[in-house]
Amino acid sequence: MKILVCVKQVINPYAKVFPDEENKIVRSNNARYSINPFDEIAVEEAVRLKEKYGFEVIIVGIGSLDIQESMRRALAIGADRGILVNTDVELCTLVVSKIIAKLAQEENINLIVMGKQSTDGDHSHTGQMVAGLLDWPQGTFVSELTIGDDYLKVVREVDNGLETLQLVMPAVITVDLRLNEPRYPSLPNIIKAKNKPLNKINFSDLNIPEHTGYEEIRYDSPLKREQGIILSGSEELVDKLNLSSMVVK
Amino acid sequence: MDLLINLEECYSNEDRMIQATVADFANKELSTGISDAFEKGYFPTKIIPEFANLGLFGISLPKPYGLELSKLAYGLICYELEKIDSAYRSFISVQNSLVMYPIHEFGNEKQRSIYLPKTSSGEWIGCFALTEPDHGSDPDNMETVAEKISGKWVINGSKAWITNAPIADFIICWAKTSIGIRGFLVNSATRGVIINEMKHKMSLRASVTGEIVFENVELAEDCILPGTEVGLVAALKCLTQARFGICFGAIGAAMDCFETALDYSKNRRQFDKPISSCQLIQADLVEMYQELTKSQLMNIQLAKNSNTKNWHIQVSLAKRNACRVALNVARSSRNILGANGIMLEYKIIRHLLNLETVFTYEGTDNIHTLIVGKYLTGDNAI
Repeated sequence: MKILVCVKQVINPYAKVFPDEENKIVRSNNARYSINPFDEIAVEEAVRLKEKYGFEVIIVGIGSLDIQESMRRALAIGADRGILVNTDVELCTLVVSKIIAKLAQEENINLIVMGKQSTDGDHSHTGQMVAGLLDWPQGTFVSELTIGDDYLKVVREVDNGLETLQLVMPAVITVDLRLNEPRYPSLPNIIKAKNKPLNKINFSDLNIPEHTGYEEIRYDSPLKREQGIILSGSEELVDKLNLSSMVVK
Repeated sequence: MDLLINLEECYSNEDRMIQATVADFANKELSTGISDAFEKGYFPTKIIPEFANLGLFGISLPKPYGLELSKLAYGLICYELEKIDSAYRSFISVQNSLVMYPIHEFGNEKQRSIYLPKTSSGEWIGCFALTEPDHGSDPDNMETVAEKISGKWVINGSKAWITNAPIADFIICWAKTSIGIRGFLVNSATRGVIINEMKHKMSLRASVTGEIVFENVELAEDCILPGTEVGLVAALKCLTQARFGICFGAIGAAMDCFETALDYSKNRRQFDKPISSCQLIQADLVEMYQELTKSQLMNIQLAKNSNTKNWHIQVSLAKRNACRVALNVARSSRNILGANGIMLEYKIIRHLLNLETVFTYEGTDNIHTLIVGKYLTGDNAI
């Protein structure tokens, strides 16, 4: 069996970010980038399945060559090999999903595991789109996973509690925070990861159109919050609540 | 904090990954409980297997005994550990630079194959016994002696200030023989070896320190480390390795003080404004940041220079610099926190007290001054 795990590299969540002069992209000053935390959980889960059942775990990353660092981290956790789809163009979710779907078919993948969302865009689209494109069953926001002969049992975290689904493989799952606690890659494994195969292919060779009609128009910084005020008592509070259209309409 | 000068550009991808992993581990596994360990005065030994799992024993030894990581990677590991507490870095320094390094460097193949797998798995913890109660800066005049009597070595003497001694399974003991100073591998349980913990230290409280008395300790002939025939120089070579780790480590402790003070100054309001908007506070913050950045650059170059001439003198200069900078930064940070600066929960006083030890051990500030002084002038003033 083969598991495909998707890894995205995201800006450190504590970095200060701001839009560039033309409000086209988000920038930061020398901020650190690291593996999307949800993807790390996905890698850990795939590696646990590998350790238990001997599956092959393949990492896929899409973007500039810089993402090798996050992919190497996934290999250090225990994945077997990586495929880097190289492009310097910022691709939208649908294109990313098409790439993943295409690789999954080419590699005869049985299970795709990915984070439920990335902490930069917070879209939570990709898993669902990949499942749609492949016409595979999907289990999203998974916090528990067991594997049977040809099926998969997953527990999903949904708004009103937990939902249990049984999926036929091949399938797509996206993982939630509580699924597992990723291990620290040990230093010997970090060194070993350096020699694991990481195959680079060009996005342009995949013959997938770059444009989909989806366009990001602009980015803006959040509005600055006005400073709070201390009120003298309840009377003034009621007065303010009535007057301030921001609070009570 | 966003980086003004991105030092990471000097690191390889592998070094960066190793640093990130150790930082992550240190923040999650080492920072909770360190205040308690410091206050009560014990080393949290339950962390030893986790250190071993991560691969922190045998960091820079060549394969097959070690991971053969770069000098810079070793330095960055020390930086991240000491950012939490000097006790952790001291523990790692001893096991790597003062125990595994000399066994690999000066031991024969049999000694290597017995000791290195056990030390790298953390099953055996070692310690390095050079300093004596009456001989700190002048180990050459040590009083511990090893005599060869009917095919056996017999050791008599006492050692003091030995990090990890109370939890050590064996000791690398340096003793005077009729032909000069030599290193010996001594099992802690050998008859005549008495180890006492040195209590009531007001610094490095989360690290255990011991005195060791050797009373007619009989050792088999093959307990001597054959490569130590060069004498005291062998012990000093180990210290150069350990001092290199201190250069990075001390700056790690200082960086934690600085980051704490910077954060505190932005949130602490006096006279209706954050104290970070006061000129005097800004002057202190900038001074600290400047000295830390300079020290980091010096350390990175030091790591790159490890195969150059007079590296041990370069290490002396950098150890002297790092400890001075770190103490000054810790004191300035303590001052920015005002009264809160003496409270254990704010970490700075713990670092500050620890750094008093780091300033002194592995060659005092004075001794490093004279090592560099001798290099510059050609005159030995020690």
